[in-house]
Amino acid sequence: MNKPMQALESSWKWAVQTARLCCGVPDYDAYVKHLHEHHPEREVPSYKEFFRERQEARYKGTGGRCC
Amino acid sequence: MQAVTPKPSPAAKILWVAIAIVGAFCLSVVALRRGEPINAIWLVAAAISIFVIGYRFYGKFIEHSVLKLDPTRAPPSVLRNDGLDYVPTDKWVVFGHHFAAIAGAGPLVGPVLAAQMGYLPGTLWILFGVVFAGAVQDFMILGLSLRRDGRSLGHMLREELGPVAGVVAMFGVLVLMMIVLAVLALVVVKALTHSPWGTFTVAATIPIALLMGLYLRVFRPGRILEVSLIGLVLLLASIWFGKTVADSASLAPLFDFDAKALAWLLIAYGFCASVLPVWLLLAPRDYLSTFLKIGTIALLALAIFLAAPTLQMPAVTKFIDGTGPVFAGNLFPFLFITIACGAVSGWHSIIASGTTPKLLANEGQARLVGYGGMLMEAFVAIMALIAAASLHPGVYFAMNSPAAIVGSTVQDAATAISQWGFVVTPDELLQTAKNIGESSILGRAGGAPTLAVGMAQLLHNIIPGGGMMAFWYHYAILFEALFILTTVDAGTRVGRFMIQEIAGLMYKPLQATESWTGNLLATAICVGLWGYFLYQGAVDPLGGINTLWPLFGIANQMLAAIALMLATVVVVKLKRERYVLVPGVPAIWLIVCTLTAGWEKLSGPISFTAAAQKYAQAMQNGKLLAPAKTPAAMQQIVTNNYVDMALTGLFMLLIVVMLGFSLRALIRAWQTNHPTAHEEPYVALSSVAS
Repeated sequence: MNKPMQALESSWKWAVQTARLCCGVPDYDAYVKHLHEHHPEREVPSYKEFFRERQEARYKGTGGRCC
Repeated sequence: MQAVTPKPSPAAKILWVAIAIVGAFCLSVVALRRGEPINAIWLVAAAISIFVIGYRFYGKFIEHSVLKLDPTRAPPSVLRNDGLDYVPTDKWVVFGHHFAAIAGAGPLVGPVLAAQMGYLPGTLWILFGVVFAGAVQDFMILGLSLRRDGRSLGHMLREELGPVAGVVAMFGVLVLMMIVLAVLALVVVKALTHSPWGTFTVAATIPIALLMGLYLRVFRPGRILEVSLIGLVLLLASIWFGKTVADSASLAPLFDFDAKALAWLLIAYGFCASVLPVWLLLAPRDYLSTFLKIGTIALLALAIFLAAPTLQMPAVTKFIDGTGPVFAGNLFPFLFITIACGAVSGWHSIIASGTTPKLLANEGQARLVGYGGMLMEAFVAIMALIAAASLHPGVYFAMNSPAAIVGSTVQDAATAISQWGFVVTPDELLQTAKNIGESSILGRAGGAPTLAVGMAQLLHNIIPGGGMMAFWYHYAILFEALFILTTVDAGTRVGRFMIQEIAGLMYKPLQATESWTGNLLATAICVGLWGYFLYQGAVDPLGGINTLWPLFGIANQMLAAIALMLATVVVVKLKRERYVLVPGVPAIWLIVCTLTAGWEKLSGPISFTAAAQKYAQAMQNGKLLAPAKTPAAMQQIVTNNYVDMALTGLFMLLIVVMLGFSLRALIRAWQTNHPTAHEEPYVALSSVAS
């Protein structure tokens, strides 16, 4: 892959990560990596399970939004 | 330990001098040129220069000297990394997340209301308020939370000021939240009153969100961007179809409501939305509104740059003397509580001590996110001010003045407003309404409709076309209504949890968030609390915004004062007394503003007391005052004003109590000869980073 394509791909990845985080969904890959490194005994949830858990969690705290 | 800043190169020095000169020149044009209207670009250029200089110099000073942030120190995201809440994240991703969380309807509404005093007072307060108060608060609270495992504002208040102070402040936050929800819902009510087109498009967001929710749950789990794109297309289609609804003799009456009916609909909606599962309605609408918000802010910026409008509003109007129709009260203190979000907003201290500190990968990135994020929000406020000030002042005052002051027909309004010196004809008002596809523009206070007309005109200048202005107007209304309703849903849910927690102290089973009894009961109480103020706004003699916005401003600035007092106390506890004025001066300024504004709302000509007495007096004489049509309605207005009075008194009391706690902690810390702040111990980043 040439350089501009790589740059494009990494900026797209960045945009998706930002957009998801804005909606309270953190990076799934980072979570999976974290599980592999620190908790290899735990089962890795699918993206679907991960997404559902985060969706519930977002509206339980004090709310991450402003007036 | 502290990173050594490299000495700036000569080229960098020249660049900063150049920025300073450009900024000073633009600001002098904005502030000093009289008689001829100026172009908005001057204002934009002045704002950008000031923000850049504030970020580079004052922000850096706070980072290195006051907070002493240290890039070699391990932040909570690294120390407590759990892959979910605590995750070291790219700084620009955190910036985007933080900005999306702090930007809301507030910075769009306040500056529009403040434009009644001319564009200059609002501009100066936003520019200097954000550099010396707003961004300082956000950045310092973020910095404090970073050193305390990402703890919340309430938790930090308990630790640094004592347990009672923490409870008092959190009670204040709950009341503030109810006022925020009521005022924001009222903005929607004012925008949709007798507007079938607007009401239809906003109503259409409910089935669209349900559809998105099912799609995300059943067909394509977790595909947020994809489903938001589908939602956006459906939304645009509903705006387009809204015109057909408004033009149809049979459909239009179905979506034509007065303020009272809309208030009840919103209350009922708020109740249902916050007991339904989040994935069905709240979450999908939240995604849509987040993306639409960012997209529309970008669109507004683009429109201002391309259209480069002339500011038609004078720099300063005669209403700085406190006789303005949009909100009552003198420039001091009312300008400083009317523009809260955008200059300094207490609510941000909750977000700066929420998810953001748990995501920052390095203390060195806190200035970009905390200080820089707030500067971005101030820029949004400047854009809202430009959109309002580029409108014909006659149109601006027609939209934002209560019927009690300018009358309820275009003839009366045009006469009254022309007498103030903003010459406008009834035809101009009718034509504006026609251009945006509405039957009337009178009495549409609350900022959203004014901003929508301003935006529609800007966008229409760039992309002309028959009927496009009406499309853009309803687009802007929809976008504001969408994220206000999301805030109402989410806020009701959070309020419900808070109420259940408090109720659980008295009767344990009520605390169970899964129990339907506790759930429904707490939701009803929460909706009842903000619903009361919303309904009060809908029947208010001065149109609601005039009455409730100052209450909201006082509450929001109260929270900002509390956050800045915390920062002041911690600076002294860290034995960095020489920098005590950095958070101390804005804290004192906000205390003075809120207490003065509160006092004027308690006694004197513009107070709630005076309004209550006026109606009580009329009742005794057996008279009815508009808009009340029955003695019961008169009594209700009297009661409402007494409730507002009590609330103002409560906010003032809260500030004084918190000031007492802060002073006590401050004096103790000053007399101690070693640091007493509750910081977590230093752990080197190099020792834990993998």
